[in-house]
Order: sequence, then C-alpha cells, then structure tokens
Amino acid sequence: MDNLLSIVTFIPALAAAILAVFLRGEDAAAQRNAKWSAMVATTITFLVSLFILAEFDPSNTGFQYVEEQEWLLGMKYKMGVDGISVLFVMLTTFMMPLVIWASWGVEKRVKEYMIAFLLLETLMLGVFMALDLVLFYLFFEAGLIPMFLIIGIWGGANRIYASFKFFLYTFLGSVLMLVAMVAMYADAGTTDIPTLMNHTFASDSFSVLGIHVVGGMQTLMFLAFFASFAVKMPMWPVHTWLPDAHVQAPTAGSVVLAAILLKMGGYGFLRFSLPMFPIGADVMTPLVLWMSVIAIVYTSLVALVQEDMKKLIAYSSVAHMGYVTMGIFAANQQGIDGAIFQMISHGFISGALFLCVGVIYDRMHTRDIDAYGGLVNRMPAYALIFMFFTMANVGLPGTSGFIGEFLTLMGIFQANTWVAAVATSGVILSAAYALWLYRRVVFGDLIKESLKTITDMTAREKAIFAPLVFMTLLLGIYPALVTDIIGPSVEALVHNYDMALADGHTATQVAASH
Amino acid sequence: MIQADLNIILPEILLSVYAMLALLLAVYTGKDRLAAMLTWVTALVLVLIAAWIGLSGAGDNLAFDGMYHDDAFARFAKVVILLGGAAVLVMSQDYLSRRGLLRFEYPVLVVLATVGMMVMVSAADLMTLYMGLELQSLSLYVVAALRRDSVKSTEAGMKYFVLGALSSGLLLYGASLVYGFAGTTQFTGIIQAASDGHASLGLLFGLVFVISGLSFKISAVPFHMWTPDVYEGSPTPVTAFFATAPKMAAMGLFARVLHDAFGGVTADWQQIISLLAVLSMFVGAVAAIGQTNIKRLMAYSSIAHMGYAMMGLAAGTAFGVQALLIYMAIYVTMNVGTFAFIMSMEKDGQPVTDIKALNMYAKREPGKALAVLVLMFSLAGVPPMVGFFGKFYVLKAAYEAGLIWLAVLGVVASVIGAFYYIRIVYYMYFGEEGEALDKNRSPILWGFLMASAAAMLVGVVNLFGIESVAAAAAATLVN
Repeated sequence: MDNLLSIVTFIPALAAAILAVFLRGEDAAAQRNAKWSAMVATTITFLVSLFILAEFDPSNTGFQYVEEQEWLLGMKYKMGVDGISVLFVMLTTFMMPLVIWASWGVEKRVKEYMIAFLLLETLMLGVFMALDLVLFYLFFEAGLIPMFLIIGIWGGANRIYASFKFFLYTFLGSVLMLVAMVAMYADAGTTDIPTLMNHTFASDSFSVLGIHVVGGMQTLMFLAFFASFAVKMPMWPVHTWLPDAHVQAPTAGSVVLAAILLKMGGYGFLRFSLPMFPIGADVMTPLVLWMSVIAIVYTSLVALVQEDMKKLIAYSSVAHMGYVTMGIFAANQQGIDGAIFQMISHGFISGALFLCVGVIYDRMHTRDIDAYGGLVNRMPAYALIFMFFTMANVGLPGTSGFIGEFLTLMGIFQANTWVAAVATSGVILSAAYALWLYRRVVFGDLIKESLKTITDMTAREKAIFAPLVFMTLLLGIYPALVTDIIGPSVEALVHNYDMALADGHTATQVAASH
Repeated sequence: MIQADLNIILPEILLSVYAMLALLLAVYTGKDRLAAMLTWVTALVLVLIAAWIGLSGAGDNLAFDGMYHDDAFARFAKVVILLGGAAVLVMSQDYLSRRGLLRFEYPVLVVLATVGMMVMVSAADLMTLYMGLELQSLSLYVVAALRRDSVKSTEAGMKYFVLGALSSGLLLYGASLVYGFAGTTQFTGIIQAASDGHASLGLLFGLVFVISGLSFKISAVPFHMWTPDVYEGSPTPVTAFFATAPKMAAMGLFARVLHDAFGGVTADWQQIISLLAVLSMFVGAVAAIGQTNIKRLMAYSSIAHMGYAMMGLAAGTAFGVQALLIYMAIYVTMNVGTFAFIMSMEKDGQPVTDIKALNMYAKREPGKALAVLVLMFSLAGVPPMVGFFGKFYVLKAAYEAGLIWLAVLGVVASVIGAFYYIRIVYYMYFGEEGEALDKNRSPILWGFLMASAAAMLVGVVNLFGIESVAAAAAATLVN
C-alpha cells in the first residue's frame, strides 16, 4: 500500500462528502444513519491506521511511508511519518470513534455535526503527516473552520464569543507563522520539511529598529512559529481562549480540543522549532522555560478557584501543557520523550475527564461544581471512573500521567534545576485542585433534591471509558510501548540539535576571534 | 502594414461592431423586447471572444507604431475580463428583467465597457491608455445610474461620474507632465527617459499623478471614497460588474504602466504602491467591520483585496506580476459567486442587503449556506480555500522583493479582515431565528454560486493550471 497515509487521512473526508451529498432529511432515521456512518468511518480509519503502526520501523529515524506528488509553486504534496509523529496519528484515529460515540445524544443538526467532526479528523491527521510546509499550514489552519462551527453551533450559552475568540486568536498566531514560512521558502528555496530540517538558517545577530537580535534570522523565525504554536498549545499568557472555548464547546468538541488539537502546538515545536531553528530555540529557551513554569504554577492556582468543572479541567490542561513545553525545551532525551509521552497520555486523560463532565452534564445540564455533591451514593461506577482519571491527572504512579510528568521533570532537572524545582510544586497544586474537585462533586452527602433521581452510567458510557482506562493503565505500567517507538527519533533530534548548537558556537567564536 | 495592425486588434473591432449592430437592431425592433435575448447573445459573444483570444492568441505583437500591445499579459487579463463580464451578464438577466430594469442598453454598455477594458490592458501609449480608460468609465457611469427612478442609483452614477472625472483629470495632468519630460507618449520612449533608476523630477511628478488617477479606478485608499456609495446605490448586477471585470482591467493597466513605462525606476514607485497597499488593506479591513449592508461590506472587501493585489505589484518583479494576475483571477471568481448569492437575497420579491437578514440561513438552505461559507473563508484567505493561495503568492512576492514589513502588515490586516467575513458565517449558522428570506430558485444564480464555491475547493489541487499561464504572462511584461 503506497498511499497508506493518504488513505487514512482521507477516509473521514470521503465519508463526510458522502454524508453531505447523499443523506437527506432530519428525521430520526436520517440522524441514526449519520451517526452510524460517522462511527463506521472513524472505526475503519482507526483499523487501517493500525497498519501504519504494524509496519512502522522505530529504528529508522527518517520518514516512512513517504508519498510525494507535484503541486503548485514548486511545492509538493508530501506525506510521511516518523517516530515523533506516528503516535499522534494513532492518538487521533484512536480517539475519534470514541468522540463520535460520545456524541450519540446529539439531536441538533446531526448530519452537519458529524460532517464537521469527520472533516476535522482529516485535517488533524494531515497536520501530523504533512511533510511540506505549506501543506502543513493548510491542514493546520483549515482545522479552525470545523472547530469554529462546532463551538458556534453546538456550543453552550456564550458560544458566539468563544467561537470568535478561538478563531481570531489562533488565526492571528498562525498568520505570523505564514510570514516565517515565506521567509524560509525564500531562503532555502524549498518547502520540503525533511530538506528544511537539514538546512541551516542564518543566525548572525543583527539589529532591527535599534533592538539587537541575538541569533538573527533564526530567532525571528522561531518567534513567528512560537506565536502560532504557543497559542495553539496554549502557553501562558496566551491561553485565555482555551477556557472559554472548552466551556462553550459541546462535550465531544472539548474532547477533541483537549486530546488532539492542543497537541499540534507541541508537535510543531518538535517538528519545526527545535530542528529548524536550533540557535533561535537556544536563545529563547530560558524565556520558554519560565513561561512553562508560570503556566504550571499560575494556572494550577487559577484552577483551584474555578466554579465551573470544565473550566477547571481546561486550566489543568494548560498546566499540563506547561510540562510539555518544559520537557521539549529541556532539549534532552528524557525531556522530549517525556513531553511526547505527556501529550499522548494527556490525550487519554483529559479526554476522559471532559467525558466525565459530559456524563453528568447530560443528566443535570449544569457544570457548576456547587450543583453537585454526593454522587457516589447514586453513581458508584461513575465515581470509580472519575476517581481513576482524577488520579491519573494528578500523576499517580501506575497511570500514564505519572510517567509523563516524571520524565519531563527529570529532563528539566538536568537542564535547569531552578525551573525543575518550581515546576515540581505544580505536582502538589494539581493534586490539590483535582482532589478537591473530586471531593466536592462525588463525596459528601447527597442533599440536593435535583440529584435524588440521577442515574448511573449507561452501558454505552461505560464502554466509551473502557478503552481509555485500558490505555491509561497500559502506558502507566509499561511505558516502553511508547518510548521504544519515539526513542530513536527523539535521540536523532536531540543529537542534531546539539550538533547545530555546537556548530553555531564555533562559528560565533571564530567570528569573535577575527 | 495596416492589415497586420488591424488583425491584432480584431477582437476589439469585432466587439465594437457587435455593440453597434446590437444597438441598431434594438432601436429598430421594439426596444426592450429583445433585451433578454440580447443579454444572452452578448454573454455568448464575450465567451467566444475570450475562447478565441485565450486559445489562438500567440506572440508579442505591437500594433499602430507601438501604440497597442498584444502580449500574453494582455491576453490573460482579457480572458479574465471577458469571462467575468459574461458571467455578470448571465446572472443579471433575470434580476433586472423582474424589476423592469433590463433595457437593451445594458448589454450594449457592458460590451462597450469591456472593449474599453481590453484597450486598457493592451495600452502601450498614454493616448491609448486614456482612450481605453474613458471608454470604460463613461459606459460604467451610465450603468451605475441604470435605475433612473431611484435616488440612490442616480446619486451613485453622479458621484461616480464626478469623482471619475476628477481622477481622469489627475491622470491627464500626470500624462501631460510625463509627455513634457519624456518627449513622447509611448511607453517604449518613456522607459528610455526613465532608465537606470533615474528619472527627472518632472517625470516623477507625472508618475505620481498617473498613479493617483489609476488608484481611483481600482479604489485604492485614499482614493476609495466613491466605492461604498456606488456599490450600494447601483443595482446589484451592476455592482457585481464593478467588482469584477473593471478591477482586473485597472489592475492590468496599472501593472502595464508601471512596468512598461516606468520599469526602470522601480524603486521610485515601489514605496508609493506599498503605502497604497497597506492603507487599502487596513482601511478595507477595519471599515468593513461596522457595515451591515452586504453591498457596502463587499465594497470595503474589494478595497482590501486591491491592497493585497497591489502587494504583488509593489514587489516590482516578474513573480510579483504573476502573483497579481493569479490573485485577480481568484478574486474575480470569488466575487462572481458572492454576488450571485447577493442577487438571490430577496424578501417578497424585493432585494435585501442587510446582513442580519441572513439569520439562520443555514437551516433553511444548507447547500447555499455551505457554498457561501466556503466563499467567505476563501475571501478571508483561510486555507484550504483557493483564496489562501492568492494571498500566499502575493506574500511571497513581497517577501522576495525585500518588503518584509509589507508582508507582516498584510497578514495582520488579513486577521482583522477575517472578522467580518466570518461574521456573515456567524449570522448564517449561529444567528437568532428571524424572518426568512424568499426561497430563490433561480438555477443560474445557484449554478454560479455553487460553481464558484466548488472552484475555491477543487482549485487547491492545481489552481486549474493558471499558475504557468500567469507565469508566462508575467514574463512578457517584466523582463
């Protein structure tokens, strides 16, 4: 199968097109058909994507399954995966059937809903597979459109504000990246990502408007990409769109947002920022590290005072993404391994947490923490699953959350001890807000009248959580499943990064001695 | 000799003769009875001429002692102009006849304007330039006031005429200065007088006035004031015409003058064009935010788009011209679709232009709403729509020419601009339930809307091959 990646990418889009053209009507039968078509399409996508994993050779640090086709402007349609991206592809295909299944209760414009999610899957997969700058940008940006519609049409009361904020924030971030891409194209004469990774961009310092830019072009390009990825990630202080978007988005939208869309930022750092602008990255590392630490501590504190469950989990996501950026910019094997691990594991855990909120939101139609309490009395199964993911979110050993946090902290300890020391306090804070949330919602006496008749999870809901519980435990107990796949590619990345920095330093010294 | 010259301008001659014959025919047989048929035939003639020029035109020909230039650049622009004009004619027939506005003069005037535009993009002499420009403008003044009993329409025609006359005056003043200091009106002579990056002060003065005059025609800021009023006041099909073919023609003429006549002093006009581009992009983007009338909104949108196209012009390179041509071709396609939609907006048979009327449009007409969504995102330059590639081309051109600040400001303006485009999407998809628009079942408008939206999506594959054509066209203009 030469076109395996394209096949996986475009199955959902094809299903969306079929739905759009052939499905008519708004009655119950049509709604059921839409749901089942989406379910079948995402499941097939997942099954086919298993072939990618099966034939993937972790020891090969180059790109595999590469497809190439001529396109416009000397650009190419080029797809491929390596150790860094393959697991994001798998995460996406794994989560999407669950997301669709979790949306079984949607009744408003079901057809359009399913089309939006299917298109979104295609675009997300494209982001992780694209090996051409402009192709990457195309997928990266296009994902905004379905997400904008998902928040705006099926979101909560304040959805308009949230959808506009989401769109304009991320759009502003990424157009600056577009300028940097044009600059890279002009400099290297190609938009081919593997070629660009080996291209050395100028790093001679110069002055712009009286400001001395250390690291020159590389620093500027790094900042332009950083603007985009930091917003997407999101990093403090540009994270403010995320709580709004999460709170207003429908449950499935929140899950996709937390589990996959946020990972595009981290993936971007690993694919572009570190390998292509090593010197720029090195110059900016202290800033990024401290921004990460502030994210960890500050947003954890903010999470403590939230009254809205989704908002609390959204802030916890920002904090956990802080670990990711910290691990990436530690720029050593443990740090980056840990960052990727954390992203994968956060995909399962935060996705599951938003689903947990969705379960009780579907019953009570409120996300106020105060409206709940004592759920354990009537919902034991729910209490157990919520407990499990709360613990995983805190980073309890034995769950995947622990591995990610531990590896990133270990990586950063070698790179910058102070940052590590401050970041570790975030572990305590995350335990505080997560456990407190759990106590207020699940424990205590069931005194609220409205909760007296609440029912426990249905079989469908339990079945959605089962794979997530399984993956969280599996990766927590046997993390080598992930690190074996990403290890060699990360090692190559770190090696190239260190080499580039060494070259850069020699060049600077030579220049200085003249 | 004269035979060869006439051969070169045969398309223009044929169109002029056709226009006059149509006029005679309509006058002698019962006036407006034939108007509908005439519109269709005219559209067909325009398409045929476009096909003829596009398929059989070849080479780089100068006619009438270097007053008229027929090259790949002119042919590219002419094909876009003719097809744009034909599309608008076909779309307007139903709209105008239902409102009793379809007079036989309408297709005739459109043809005459089109001939003027064809002369504009082929101009190789200041005289030819002015002739083409005036033929086009005079026809347009009249169609702007097509609805004689409407105050707004006549006001639009009047405003357009007065400001257009002013701009022609500026242009002529500039042309006379150029003639005075270059000693010739021919572009080939002017470029010799202004070569090697040195132009005399008088020549530069003339250049500035010529640029100002042309900026009126493409409605670049600060010469844009007429645009929203004229767009709003004219009948919608006329607005659609204003927004498409004349913009391409004026842009083509702009590129022609700057490269053919002043190609030696690129640095001198580059800063002017850059400034006009930035102002247009920002004023277009910011001023559109407050608009509630979709025609005024599209006026500001076209101002902003002219800013982007000028970014390609400002680059001053062959790639910049290529980017300009591609941008304009995409722009015309998007606008044809958008105006097809605006023409279909009506309630109780009356045209509606308030964007609030689109509330929850998606629920009632999901197919058309989806097409408009695609067009709006394309206008905003969001990938994967083709509009993004237009922006990408001009950005790259500007960057390569060293105009990095221009590229950065361009993308910032595009974010501001995105707001008002997605506001339309917002009304269609998230708005409050309101009074419904009529279900317009005009298959022609529907077809143009869908075809334009489909082109915005399918074009991602290879832009329908216009990339290499535009490259060849640009290469003939910029050596």
